Amino acid sequence: MPKHQLDPNNWIKLYSDYLFNYTISRVSDRVTAQDLVSETFLAGLKSMANFKGEASERTWLISILKRKIIDHYRKINSNKGKAEVRMNYNSDTDAEGDWLEERVADPFDKTAEDKLENSELGDAIYDCLEKLPDKQAEVFKMKTILGYDTETICNELEITASNLWVIIHRARTALADCMQKNWF
Amino acid sequence: MRKSFLFISCEEAHHICDKRQYGEATGWERVKLGLRLSWCRITRAYSNRNNKLTEVMQKADVDCLKNDERTKLQKQFEEELAKHQ
Repeated sequence: MPKHQLDPNNWIKLYSDYLFNYTISRVSDRVTAQDLVSETFLAGLKSMANFKGEASERTWLISILKRKIIDHYRKINSNKGKAEVRMNYNSDTDAEGDWLEERVADPFDKTAEDKLENSELGDAIYDCLEKLPDKQAEVFKMKTILGYDTETICNELEITASNLWVIIHRARTALADCMQKNWF
Repeated sequence: MRKSFLFISCEEAHHICDKRQYGEATGWERVKLGLRLSWCRITRAYSNRNNKLTEVMQKADVDCLKNDERTKLQKQFEEELAKHQ
């Protein structure tokens, strides 16, 4: 009996935001990110028979998405001929040894490290968001992540402003509790 | 009468604190919250945790799908799912 099973009927509800967040931080373009997420779900459907049940649904979908992102960059690079890398450090004998200094990592450039930490933080936030009731997660995402104003959310979800703030309060309290255990 | 004018309950303080995270607390509400924060340990603890949550949300810079984007994705997927079932 496999540990995990696939239920594609819930994929969009459970994983679309998580996969989108994972993708947008790597491709920086909303439309491309949506396309890649969509392709991931479709590829998941087609290869359901290959799922062994050892990893969780989310991990399995992320592994498909990673390949999609790599393919996306391969395609861009082959289109634009950007994959070519040249290093001529050893051809100039007068400058022998200089390359070592040039190639040392810049200690003040912490971008990659910061990105990794932010990506882990993003994962921790999504892990906590998944534990919230649907309505709380939806309102919190609209208000906090998408930055919609109160009136827009109230109109879209047909709730009153007081309702919205009660939901936000519950969501923030639950999230802070969860993040306290996992991150703070 | 004067007391209720200046003092707020813990629940109201939390509510204002939540609104402040989104820049939606009025000046007067911020004054009342400030006063409460000066003496209420519970409100202070709530406020600190709330500020920390806002800080990590900004730091993580997480994103999610807008409702219309999710609806579009759902529609595409459901069409494909129907073919598989």
